[in-house]
Amino acid sequence: MPSICLYFQLHQPLRIKKYKVFDVGYDHNYFNDASETRLNNKKVLEKVVKKSYLPTNEVLLNLLKKYPKFKISYSFSGILLSQLKEDFPEVLNSFKKLIKTGRVEVLSETYHHTLAFFYSLPEFERQVKLHSQLVSKLLGVTPKVFRNTELAYNNALAIWAEKKGYKAILAEGWHTFLGWKSPNFLYRPFGTKKIKLLLKNYKLSDDIAFRFSENTWKEWPLTADKFARWVDALNGNAEVVNLFMDYETFGEHQWADKGIFEFLKDLPRQLLKHPDNDFVTPSEAAERYHIKDVLDVPHIVTWADTERDLSAWTGNEIQRSAIDFIYALETQVLKSQDDSIIEDWRRLQTSDHFYYMCTKWFADGDVHKYFNPYESPYDAFISYMNVANDLKLRINSQRSKTK
Amino acid sequence: MLGWELPPYNSGGLGVACLGLARSLANQGVAVTFVLPQKQKFNIDFLNLVFADIKFSDKLESSYTPSILFEELNLKNPISDFVSAALLFGKRVGEIAGKYNPDIIHAHDWLTYPAAIAAKKVTAKPLVSHVHSTEFDRTGGHFPNPEVFEIERKGLEYSDRVISVSNFTKNILIGNYGIKPDKINVVHNGCEQIEKSEFPPALTALKELGYKIVLYLGRITLQKGPEYFIRAAKKVTDYNPKTLFVVAGSGDMQEKMIAEASYLGIMDKVMFTGFLRGDEKNKIYQAADVYVMPSVSEPFGITPLEAIANGTPVLVSKQSGVSEVLSNVLKTDFWDIDDMADKILAVLKYKSLTSDLRKESGKELPKINWDEAARKTIDIYKQLLF
Repeated sequence: MPSICLYFQLHQPLRIKKYKVFDVGYDHNYFNDASETRLNNKKVLEKVVKKSYLPTNEVLLNLLKKYPKFKISYSFSGILLSQLKEDFPEVLNSFKKLIKTGRVEVLSETYHHTLAFFYSLPEFERQVKLHSQLVSKLLGVTPKVFRNTELAYNNALAIWAEKKGYKAILAEGWHTFLGWKSPNFLYRPFGTKKIKLLLKNYKLSDDIAFRFSENTWKEWPLTADKFARWVDALNGNAEVVNLFMDYETFGEHQWADKGIFEFLKDLPRQLLKHPDNDFVTPSEAAERYHIKDVLDVPHIVTWADTERDLSAWTGNEIQRSAIDFIYALETQVLKSQDDSIIEDWRRLQTSDHFYYMCTKWFADGDVHKYFNPYESPYDAFISYMNVANDLKLRINSQRSKTK
Repeated sequence: MLGWELPPYNSGGLGVACLGLARSLANQGVAVTFVLPQKQKFNIDFLNLVFADIKFSDKLESSYTPSILFEELNLKNPISDFVSAALLFGKRVGEIAGKYNPDIIHAHDWLTYPAAIAAKKVTAKPLVSHVHSTEFDRTGGHFPNPEVFEIERKGLEYSDRVISVSNFTKNILIGNYGIKPDKINVVHNGCEQIEKSEFPPALTALKELGYKIVLYLGRITLQKGPEYFIRAAKKVTDYNPKTLFVVAGSGDMQEKMIAEASYLGIMDKVMFTGFLRGDEKNKIYQAADVYVMPSVSEPFGITPLEAIANGTPVLVSKQSGVSEVLSNVLKTDFWDIDDMADKILAVLKYKSLTSDLRKESGKELPKINWDEAARKTIDIYKQLLF
């Protein structure tokens, strides 16, 4: 039986440029780096679009045409969608074409790709609403399944999602709360009645997302045939195999010349060779399969690092002081009723800013360094705090104006 | 092993580094005969100490002495005296080298290179020259002394292998001395476990008034970038007037540093302590809110490690070897005054930044040790011998 549920995360943050204390009070454009570095958002996105989004979209569209049983799902951050709309409308159109096939589900998340749920519920709800509006406007669909930034999840989030009418919610299938249970079934979040929980099969997902090009891995090179036989082997002991990963896996994290696109092209054929396998979207999985048990996740679980907690974003003091600073501005920011102040404040909540300040490089070093466009976590913190102080100054001067 | 000085009779980091490396080499089973030019009393039992018994005149002053002193000494070109001293050392070592029958000759910096060449000629054994600093570092690239430069170049040329204390220095050896990259091995310096105890806080009266302390500690010479420190100080005090800049050290650019501070109108924000040692030094590190090493050209740089051992956050120039081995410090280009000032202001303002820098850099310290440096050095010896 296993049904394969593919969900791809699409997000590119608006990185803060090198911003010195001497710029505070003078320069209110925080995200417009125009250098050759990885702080140039447009340049980074252009590269990702070329290397990953466009070629992957093409492969997937062909697969959807070729295999009527093939299905996928996406979660786009609003930050990414608005950048695409602004600078790469052709890419947005290409996603629309995929969605038109009717076999592509779009999930719900926060517009600004934030951890707001854990800091301010009203703000979190506003961001989810903004996201729904944007997805509906740009892509013409209404999401029914929720996935939180960085797959950050706990019981409270599931209870919230049920209250808001979501059918299902996504999380990491991590062993600390799963114990002997398998991630390849649906569960009922503790404290809920209807909503269903889909858990990422991190072993199989990461075989593709992280290990695909790793030639020291004993399974290297990974072929679609080999991968499909691993899935087949779950038969009788699995209902849904959730393969969750960043969309940039294809062409950006795993390079074209390492064969990732050939792998993707061949994957549906190999998986469908077994008559019991098929594909589902998260909504379909929730409709088709019953829950196996109640799952209690009191502590926050995410999809990052070996700890699978929030420590990649809030593990050290600079991260905590920065995130506390920005959420402490909430009341004043909203009172300002100034759209540009409110939008900049939300952009400063994007989780990536805090990830760049992560200092636990020595255990999980490689991934963090790879994704960090700053020379060090301390540099990331300094630019961030300078910008946050400029924002605070804008709020104050705006307030004295209205007085 | 050929050296020029060992603690406690050292004028800088060279002697400290030689002793640290030699001790770990001895611990790892290398029999080290350490040759020094002058007879002095040491309490060192792990080395076979040999003295070339040269009588230096009292007037052989350290090149670190402020320039005004040189004038008083009435020496036209004081460095030339070092050249003759180095040559004399070379002559004497040539006479005695045969007696000790070494397997490897290991020479530290240019003052020992004439001796190294002589020893190699006498014994026909492989020569390893160890570069702790170059004439380019000492002069900031401006008008290197041609005699010193020539001795350095010759010594490196004669060497079978060159050890440089950083990639930064390796690049200077390739670029300015024309040494082939594959002849050079980088062996980063280690650092002794720094004895650190809590002292009654210094400068408390000022700190109680809310002043923050930014520390410069080192020789006040061109190489160390003191003028960049003063220019950054100006920017910082413009934004945060309650900041004091403490300069601990002496050197030939002290007058210039004072002139610059007075020209920028911040003399009331700059304090000079003179040269500090031991407890006094640790005390000033502990009093500082941030330690800045703005070096123009620093082959390695031990002071940031001392600052970290004393729990002080560190800002180092990227033009330093030590920036290659430390991750949890702030880094800047020495010439980028805005960036330097921005980072100083940030560390003074945000407690979380101070706290994380202190905690994380402290974790790095034990990884920077002489045993690791000795292990790499022994590998190089083995390659030359077998």
